[in-house]
Amino acid sequence: MALLHIAEPGQSTAPHQHRLAAGIDLGTTNSLVATVRSGQAETLPDAEGRHLLPSVVRYAPEGVIVGEAAKAAAADDPLNTVVSVKRFMGRGVADLQLLGTRLPYEFSQGESAVPRICTLRGNVTAVEVSAEILRALAQRAQDTLGGPLAGVVITVPAYFDDAQRQATKDAATLAGLPVLRLLNEPTAAAVAYGLDRGADGVHAIYDLGGGTFDISVLRLNRGVFEVLATGGDSALGGDDFDLAVARWIMGQAGIRDDAGYHQLRRLMRDACAAKEALTTRDAVALHVELEDGRHWEGTLDRATFDGLVDPLIRRTLSACRRTLRDAGIGPEDVREVVMVGGSTRVPRVRALVEEFFGRPPLTDMDPDRVVAIGAAIQADVLAGNRSGDDMLLLDVIPLSLGIETMGGLVDHIIPRNTTIPVARAQEFTTFKDGQTALAVHVVQGERDLVADCRSLARFELRGIPPMVAGAARIRVTFTVDADGLLHVEAEERGSGVRAAVTVKPSYGLTDDEIAGMLQDSIAHASDDMAARRLREEQVEADRVVEALRAALAADGTELLDAAEQQAIEAALVALVQAKGGSDPAAIRRAREGLEKACEAYVERRMNAGIRRAMAGHRLEEFE
Amino acid sequence: MLDLTQNYFQLFGLPAAFDIDATMLAERYRELQRIVHPDRHASGTDQQRRLSMQGATYLNEALETLRDPLRRARYLLALRGLDPDAGGERPMAPHFLMEQMELRERLAELRGGADPLAEAGAFLADVRRRVAAAVETLSAQFAAGDAASLAAAAEGGRELQFLRKLQHEAEALEAELEDAH
Repeated sequence: MALLHIAEPGQSTAPHQHRLAAGIDLGTTNSLVATVRSGQAETLPDAEGRHLLPSVVRYAPEGVIVGEAAKAAAADDPLNTVVSVKRFMGRGVADLQLLGTRLPYEFSQGESAVPRICTLRGNVTAVEVSAEILRALAQRAQDTLGGPLAGVVITVPAYFDDAQRQATKDAATLAGLPVLRLLNEPTAAAVAYGLDRGADGVHAIYDLGGGTFDISVLRLNRGVFEVLATGGDSALGGDDFDLAVARWIMGQAGIRDDAGYHQLRRLMRDACAAKEALTTRDAVALHVELEDGRHWEGTLDRATFDGLVDPLIRRTLSACRRTLRDAGIGPEDVREVVMVGGSTRVPRVRALVEEFFGRPPLTDMDPDRVVAIGAAIQADVLAGNRSGDDMLLLDVIPLSLGIETMGGLVDHIIPRNTTIPVARAQEFTTFKDGQTALAVHVVQGERDLVADCRSLARFELRGIPPMVAGAARIRVTFTVDADGLLHVEAEERGSGVRAAVTVKPSYGLTDDEIAGMLQDSIAHASDDMAARRLREEQVEADRVVEALRAALAADGTELLDAAEQQAIEAALVALVQAKGGSDPAAIRRAREGLEKACEAYVERRMNAGIRRAMAGHRLEEFE
Repeated sequence: MLDLTQNYFQLFGLPAAFDIDATMLAERYRELQRIVHPDRHASGTDQQRRLSMQGATYLNEALETLRDPLRRARYLLALRGLDPDAGGERPMAPHFLMEQMELRERLAELRGGADPLAEAGAFLADVRRRVAAAVETLSAQFAAGDAASLAAAAEGGRELQFLRKLQHEAEALEAELEDAH
């Protein structure tokens, strides 16, 4: 009941229990977890002092290995070691073939269109692989903080479509993590930077990671971050730089396209090392071991490297130009350009970005950590640990949402860069007499042809009362929530019948599949689930009781009559009693009972807040 | 939660007029979102989160409606009890249609010009001037406020819709030419 924490700026609230929350940057190459401790946001290291967790998962005979150890084995055990899994999130088999010449995995397709990677521990989806990485990070946070996490904020590229976002949320569900919010990576970076500087104005965040590129243009106004436009490419990043270098080496060394997995993995590793070395040096010597045991030696200099990656950087600048245009501003209107993502260490990237915006970009925060730090700050806010804080993030949808109409054309319903949450309704009708069902195909993208957009979901509206053609008025409402996720509702307006909507994601897991995976993972988990559930319910109960007492002390007598106060008090006592017991279900029931008793109070407090905000503005005359 | 029976102007505490203080609108919007937005209620009860989501969605819709002159004009007409789509069956004024046809022809021929990018820029500037003039006219009609002026505003709104569509197409062409540049 965060509402109960609402305080006017400057008005102090009673001190309350600090809820453990973390920000997670689930990256293509590396992942991080950060948290706010003693008012300071910081990334958390592992036992060896390493902050970055390589986003690599190895399905080894002895178990699932995540991170540095898995990365070390990638070249020797390529088929069972999954790297850059973020690129597969929310993607179908056909999409994966477009990602690179060849991927060093073997895929199988399950009942849904979600590709599965064949490993010696069974076939795994990208969602399951990502869940392993999330589990490792959450464990690190819990070990450091000494308790279960009340919630996490997970960052996603701003340019991620609905399927990719949904897949990320599914991974968190599978890892047993309550998601407070999916946060766009550039927005998270702006939070990390903006709070340090308190600089109002328009900022551009250039975020080039291992596998994704984002550009976000946002206006900062007294703690409110308003994203004006966002753009990018969810399949462009440092991996592509490596691939360009690897291809150049293959050409120079005479390595054929059909070389083995081991050779390809080693080449990618060597290419990445060469790229990184060229950040500080003008040339790098290459020693490449060939499959037949011979060696190839050569040199890659900065100018040649720049030539290889220039076309990729130009693609990012095209996206910058489009995004500035969408925001209705020019490069000269941008006050600061912030560089985020490991790939912005490449000097050529910095040079071309500086040339484009006409000012040197800000690079003073560690580009690898800044996103996780921003996510941790937002997690702290969402968990209710910062009452009275004025920070608010207003984000947008990156790609237009539409539906298929006659002839394979797209009718765009919510245009890109619309501020979320947003809801738009569209009316449909039947085209045959007595028609009782209607198929709807939801797509995402800017193009006019369905074939050029991403298919998100297909669903059928059933139970339409039989009428003559064109008489039914079916109102379908598309809602995009604050996580950027789509929800669909439908209603026949004439009869008031709410039609059943079954959304079948085109490239996502069904709810049943996730439930099945969840059950499997719980069956294998060693920790005592019952004990954990009890503890979680007790923590939750404490939070509600404490928040409610503080609220009642502030305005209980003002907003509630005696009978209402008594009812809430009774429910409060019931919860305190249940909390002393050992039945998590009973605690939950008591908490829900209390929440039910508080419904009117919650609404009145919200209204009181609005009235206070608008007080003094009401003097104007209305016509 | 937010009083959904209030109209968008009342919601922001602004006079229901076509000429609107954009800075004030943005400021009031931010003030209300600070209270209503789902981020403020992320760990609240289901009811609270639902109310917050509805409220924030309503605020976003209200802002977009009032910020855009065309949508604002249509909204104001509806508030005054006039159907902004009335007369949709009626043909547009012949001189306006003639002008639109000429503009569309110019747009179609831009690609084949000597310097398409520069010509697209000039064309777009022309269309933007026309849009601005149409908005000025609407402003005067709403200020007059009598029945005849409001009827004329409904007609002006339809014309503005034509111009805006043309503007979007010209912008798309300019963007395409610029990217190819």
